[in-house]
Amino acid sequence: MGLELYLDLLSQPCRALYIFARSNNIPFEFKHVELMKGQHRTEEFRKVNILMKVPTLRDGSFTLAESIAILLYLARKFKTPDHWYPSDLQKRARVDEYLSWQHVNIRGKGSKLFLTKVLLPLLTGQPLPPEKLEGVTEELNVVLKQFEEKFLQDKPFIAGSEISLADLVALVELMQPVGAGYDLFEERPKLAEWRRRVEEAVGKQLFQEAHEGILNAKNLTADKIAPELLEHLKHQLLKQASQN
Amino acid sequence: MRGGSGRAGGGRAAAASPRAGSGRAEPGRVGPGRAGPGGGSRMGLELYLDLLSQPCRSIYIFARSNNIPFEFKHVELFKDSVLGKKPAAGSGAEQPRAGPSNSEGAGKVSLLKKVPALKDGDFTLAECTAILLYLSRKYNTPDHWYPSDIQKRAQVDEYLSWHHANIRANAPKTMWIKVLIPLFTGQPLPSEKLQEVMEGLSTSLKQFEERFLQDKAFIIGSEISLADLVAIVELMQPVGVGCDIFEDRPRLMEWRRRVEDAVGKELFFQAHEMILNIKELSNIQIDPQLKEHLAPMLMKMLK
Repeated sequence: MGLELYLDLLSQPCRALYIFARSNNIPFEFKHVELMKGQHRTEEFRKVNILMKVPTLRDGSFTLAESIAILLYLARKFKTPDHWYPSDLQKRARVDEYLSWQHVNIRGKGSKLFLTKVLLPLLTGQPLPPEKLEGVTEELNVVLKQFEEKFLQDKPFIAGSEISLADLVALVELMQPVGAGYDLFEERPKLAEWRRRVEEAVGKQLFQEAHEGILNAKNLTADKIAPELLEHLKHQLLKQASQN
Repeated sequence: MRGGSGRAGGGRAAAASPRAGSGRAEPGRVGPGRAGPGGGSRMGLELYLDLLSQPCRSIYIFARSNNIPFEFKHVELFKDSVLGKKPAAGSGAEQPRAGPSNSEGAGKVSLLKKVPALKDGDFTLAECTAILLYLSRKYNTPDHWYPSDIQKRAQVDEYLSWHHANIRANAPKTMWIKVLIPLFTGQPLPSEKLQEVMEGLSTSLKQFEERFLQDKAFIIGSEISLADLVAIVELMQPVGVGCDIFEDRPRLMEWRRRVEDAVGKELFFQAHEMILNIKELSNIQIDPQLKEHLAPMLMKMLK
């Protein structure tokens, strides 16, 4: 039994992993866990990962959650090119810095926008109040500004002249609001340029393939969501959408 | 299970031991002089810290426990950090979420505005995890802190990642709700909000025990690592404000004792002196400008 990656490409961290593994020709078995069908909440999957989240890695008897941990594990095990996680102490620190900051910032706000815009109306059957959308959009705009000013600056990539895990993790997260219909690249030329560079570095076709699902997210309808999941999601989302 | 090659005994540290509550400590040298990579008359490592902040405590304990020489640059969160910020729309909203130690990023950093921050010559760095890893690599700390075994290392990475949206999502809020909000807004303690936070924290603690700690002595097994350190300082926040999450959790309490022993009890308590005496904060003269600046974002938290 080789390496198994439990993924759903609707999930940003799953896309980062998928792209990284494919881009580096890392052999793995794609185990599809369909979030909308509630497959992550089955007893079967719970045996794989007690946290019931994707992505999950299984390598023999070793299981691992959290995309960043998995990305680093793969980089080390398969000795991927240095630029992904540079051995230079300071460059590496820059990557670590972004990977840490992004949890509550880009990832936090990007997810929130997607959940609020796409899933919440679907689950509650209520239209989304415009002020609510404005609020989450503004929060995302603030972190986008911080991203450009502090992390990207005038460099081609976050760590300097070459792509690293930081760029990949950043871009897949930014595609989530895009999937929700907020084209945040439209009026941000520097960011759009960076996006193009990242896509080219990993391979445009691979990038597009990985994002096919999320870019059709607007076509999601309530009937595509498993009923058992509906209640659980509703409760979770209402809670999340009201949190800072 | 000792962490680090020899412990810096807490009380004997040089001038820079921060004092609880009362005002700023003089920044000064901590650790055995300028031994180590910084050497000679060149400016050495600077760590910008406020021990009220959980991430700052993990860095402080790690550096002291490993005898890493650094200059302690004391930043007072409720003065230097918040007031120094430009009140940009929404940026204030960041603070309640992650607690006051949200760090500004790379490149040119207004170091005195957010903590923790590291300055090593021209190189500046924010974000606790990044700083801990940088220090462990630069100063070649003992292997167990960030094991070279890729599976054990992955376990540390896994915890450090999960921590952000889980333990760290709720633990800091206990301080905001029990101490800071009443202090800054004059509003009484919102008990339903606290209950919500404690429930969230409970869920995270359950997952922590089931997934990360299990029946092991420490997260990676028989030795302490960065993961335990980052976890424990966060969990001391609710303890400091009177929500003792260890009370009904004997396994966690045992783990806590082991972590304290591994880093050195004296050092651990010195680092936690401020948060464990948080009531002294209520005696601090709150700058009215600060109160005004913080009140709206705190009221938002109350919703």
